[in-house]
Amino acid sequence: MRDNKILDRPLPLSVPVSDEVRTTTCYMCACRCGIKVHLKGGELRYIEGNKDHPVNRGVLCGKGAAGIMKQLSPAKLTKPLLRVGERGKGEFKQIEWEEALGLATEWLGRIRETDPKRLAFFTGRDQSQALTGWWAQMFGTPNYAAHGGFCSVNMAAAGLYSIGGSFWEFGEPDFERTRMFVMFGVAEDHASNPIKIGLGKLKAHGAKFVSVNPVRTGYSAIADEWIGIRPGTDGLLVLSLIRELLINDRIDLDFLVRVTNAPWLVVQNPGAADHGLFARNADGKPLAFDRHAGAVVDALLPDIVPALIGERVLPDGRKAVPVFELLARKYMDDAYAPEAVAEQCGVPAATIRALAAELARVAFEEPVVIDQPWTDWAGRRHEKMIGRPVSFHAMRGISAHSNGFQTCRALHVLQMLLGAVDAPGSFRFKPPFPKPCPPGPPPAGPVLAGDTLKGPPLGFPMGPEHLLVDADGEPLRIDKAFSWEAPLAAHGAMHLVIRQAFEGKPYPIDTLMMFMANMSWNSSMNVPETIAMLTAKDEGTGEYRIPRIIYSDAFFSEMVPYADLVLPDTTYLERHDCISLLDRPISDADGPADSIRQPILTPDRDVRPFQDVLIDLGARLGLPGLAAQDGSALYPGGFPDYMARHERRPGVGMLAGFRGANGRTSGKGAPNPHQIEAYIANGCFWKDEIPKEARYFKHANKAYLDYAVAMGFLDKAEPIVMQLYSEPLQRFRLAAEGHGTRQPPDRLRARITSAFDPLPIWYAPFEGARVSESEFPLHAVTQRPMIMYHAWDSQNAWQRQILSHNKLYLPRALANSLGIEEGDRVWVTSHHGRIQAEARPMEGVNGMTVWTWNAIGKRKGAWNLAPDAPEAVRGFLLNHLITERLPGEEIANADPITGQAAWYDLRVRIEKCAADEIADASGDFEALRPPDGMAGRPDILRQGARFRVA
Amino acid sequence: MTDLPKGESAKKLGLVIDLDTCVGCHACAVACKEWNSGGIAGPLPDHDPYGAAPHGVWFNRVHSFEAGEGTEGRTVHFPRSCLHCETPACVTVCPTGASYKRASDGIVLVDEDKCIGCKLCSWACPYGAREFDDDAGVMKKCTLCVDRIYNETIPEAERIPACVSTCPAGARHFGDLGDASSKVSQLVAARGGFDLMPEMGYQPTNKYLPPRRKTSAPSCSAAPEPAPASIESRFLKWVDRVLSR
Repeated sequence: MRDNKILDRPLPLSVPVSDEVRTTTCYMCACRCGIKVHLKGGELRYIEGNKDHPVNRGVLCGKGAAGIMKQLSPAKLTKPLLRVGERGKGEFKQIEWEEALGLATEWLGRIRETDPKRLAFFTGRDQSQALTGWWAQMFGTPNYAAHGGFCSVNMAAAGLYSIGGSFWEFGEPDFERTRMFVMFGVAEDHASNPIKIGLGKLKAHGAKFVSVNPVRTGYSAIADEWIGIRPGTDGLLVLSLIRELLINDRIDLDFLVRVTNAPWLVVQNPGAADHGLFARNADGKPLAFDRHAGAVVDALLPDIVPALIGERVLPDGRKAVPVFELLARKYMDDAYAPEAVAEQCGVPAATIRALAAELARVAFEEPVVIDQPWTDWAGRRHEKMIGRPVSFHAMRGISAHSNGFQTCRALHVLQMLLGAVDAPGSFRFKPPFPKPCPPGPPPAGPVLAGDTLKGPPLGFPMGPEHLLVDADGEPLRIDKAFSWEAPLAAHGAMHLVIRQAFEGKPYPIDTLMMFMANMSWNSSMNVPETIAMLTAKDEGTGEYRIPRIIYSDAFFSEMVPYADLVLPDTTYLERHDCISLLDRPISDADGPADSIRQPILTPDRDVRPFQDVLIDLGARLGLPGLAAQDGSALYPGGFPDYMARHERRPGVGMLAGFRGANGRTSGKGAPNPHQIEAYIANGCFWKDEIPKEARYFKHANKAYLDYAVAMGFLDKAEPIVMQLYSEPLQRFRLAAEGHGTRQPPDRLRARITSAFDPLPIWYAPFEGARVSESEFPLHAVTQRPMIMYHAWDSQNAWQRQILSHNKLYLPRALANSLGIEEGDRVWVTSHHGRIQAEARPMEGVNGMTVWTWNAIGKRKGAWNLAPDAPEAVRGFLLNHLITERLPGEEIANADPITGQAAWYDLRVRIEKCAADEIADASGDFEALRPPDGMAGRPDILRQGARFRVA
Repeated sequence: MTDLPKGESAKKLGLVIDLDTCVGCHACAVACKEWNSGGIAGPLPDHDPYGAAPHGVWFNRVHSFEAGEGTEGRTVHFPRSCLHCETPACVTVCPTGASYKRASDGIVLVDEDKCIGCKLCSWACPYGAREFDDDAGVMKKCTLCVDRIYNETIPEAERIPACVSTCPAGARHFGDLGDASSKVSQLVAARGGFDLMPEMGYQPTNKYLPPRRKTSAPSCSAAPEPAPASIESRFLKWVDRVLSR
């Protein structure tokens, strides 16, 4: 035996990690964690989570840690490109930036002078909507949106119209204090690290975690209880839970009276124009019946004793009943009994009943009490903060259905009935939320040649008067947002733009400008037809039906070959960015926060940050706010210059931290020319702490409301009343019944009347209701794997080693009945088309559901992957099976209220492929040709070799 | 053949991995790859990185699989890396002394200068934890981030393996499993931490914490359905409730 000392050989254990560490913000997905980037000799050595950062507290997910491979990707575009061949063929010539910007200015300048709406400007996974939306407004086009219309607008809009905020960027579970956490649907995405951190805390505290999800993967795998629900039936399950709580009188009536519109009186006047609207006084204030005064009074007064039950006669003789009575009568119906919904939901009645009982038990028998006095909006002091420790989270899984808006509303009503909104242990708002409820302002119009829009292009209609429709009730926006087809389309409807532009409906456009939106592949429904529309020409003129396409992306995505002008973007490590409170905040429930990116590396290619390009283009176009009277650029320093100096309204800019001449003002304050330096010195973020007495009950907490006004989040320190009953929905419904001057087209009346119920309802998803149940018996859904969720580049050399091709997962019992075994090729057929997929039977999936990982399949040649890459040979997209319109109809395959794309409504059948049918699963698409100038594909990567110390 | 240190090492540095909390996000695997690529055992080469069969060296891999059927079924996310065994066959089988176990802390390492790439160690390891770098022709493996945990240029609180530092769910823990009073030892004791394949007799240092018992049904029973007549009486009760705004 040798001596132990010899065994422990000398090793270089204290090699400095780097010679430079710089902070910035991750952009490998939409979570926006703080990172520390270690550089050695100017090269990337290591990226780690920033322990001081409020989003991720030092942790980092697998995407963030793969940032080095994003930077090294050979799929990076290298120079501006001008199309020289036919669209889609990938024939480009490299041009200089001056020529590229000159061309764009010429094209866009002509549009702006004549008819600004002929520019459709849509951004994909962009995180700079505070800039892009404002830019569209300055340009004067209403045709602007980001990707929310096919992501989670149902969730966002339902939350804003119901409780003044939603999940993710709007609020979060009180992970420290919650005792029962229920997560609905696909949620391994947004807030990725905060939720993982939160789940870790729940586990450590022994709190219960229930996952309601058709598929048992990811988070669902560690749930204490997995409820494998049938897709698109979450709303029905929630309404059944509501019914159980009402039947058993397990609801928080005090909460309902204090902070919701439960006591507000609703006019009962069937057939009349005021039926279902709130009874209001001369000042427009809603009314309630005060039992103390024995009279109908202003419902917003403090200390009234409002009745929740009972019809009242209003001073003008009309009859009205409280919201709560309407709600209770509706949901105590046997139609919502667990037995009545069990089969539809695929959840046993006993499970539903027990879930309701457990929610009630935890909410009402295990209250969380914090010894923290606080003062409510009316000045009344409370000695303790008492909360209901049940919390919920949901995202796209319940959102991307045609019944998504009402489903999300139902979930918020459930939260309200349990008193579990912004209370200790429940869901909590993140400043600047909650916002006044229902929200505002409406989307701006009209469009004037050579002029700006008079407000943001996206907004929140309160009724038909706010729609963007013409005298015939037809859409004014290219994507039909804010029309009768999608009245509350708060995020626009990007998924309809190409179809509408191709058809020239409601009018032809001239230029489609897009950023980071893979619309010819995984970001579109109906890929083959979308490609055909992008390349279609007018038979008469020989011109493209969509005359010009300008596209910006950092990578050779599937969309690049369909552009006429390509403006190559940088990576996230090469530019400034701004994660603004005006956009999608990174705050947590204890305080507002925002952050920036700073360039860590200098591009080795002739590329420019898209935001800089937009600001440059704006100045060249002479846009107000970007060019001075004499035509000179107002922000010659590009985006960082704009971030520090631009004011949206006096004192409010892109960044809320380090404002004022001395850099010490938070929220509102004069621009600080050294603001960016201050952010960098603080780790590239700013975070403020809400005073302790203001941290809960924010909608009705005086200290919070005052704080929010001081910070510029709210205009007035008035309580925010949550909306069990949504009056704006009723206004649309009344119009559809023929009341008022603004009338929907007749073809939409019935649909609006049924969908716009002011109290949440459930209806069967549209596609399933239109196709034959026997022909297409199965639901087909997708999810992104955690290692790639919201990542723009799954070609990443490390990420793709973890997953480079997807399979079709199906219930084992179903596989057995169809004689399908693991690895078999199957046809997946929808009403629209069919694709091939490799089958993988599994246990943890709803018995009526098949699913796969989304966006793994790539088109041959895209992303500079080898033509025989698994992504292009074995990977597949379900997108090819989904249509942007409902089967046989001109109407969108979308939620009728918000226009959210109903991806998850897809119905299919599966059958085994014959041996001689087997082909590439990615589909029959011509291979793409990477543009000149792209890097070669290395055969081997030896990342880090240069850093090793002998 | 290579000898092990004399006697049991007093200090047994290792990992405790919580299968009740791991969501299978691969953060640990990628952070490991990233750290170690530029570290003492780097690079961790990737072959055909943009081609038909991308494959590379990873010291830590996460396997997701299902176990059990029907209501007994569960999905398991299982991170796998070197377990730094007390009596590792990968070391004793090494013909050159390249594989070795440190006496001071129990970490199993490979001295690449001595490795002849014979792969006997990877055959001997029942856990599949060894990773062959066929570019350099040497065997590599998890170093427990030995160049982080002792690195005096890193703030002391951050001297933990990259996989532990990055884990978003807090499912990974690092410490001295030879010290019964350490946090990791207490965690193992409290949660019934177990050895992977103890029957092999290699006495792994790393421990896994089992998933908590699932409740297939909620932990409380529902109230019986009230009689239909009681619905109107429920309304009457609500009518009588005095609630102040």
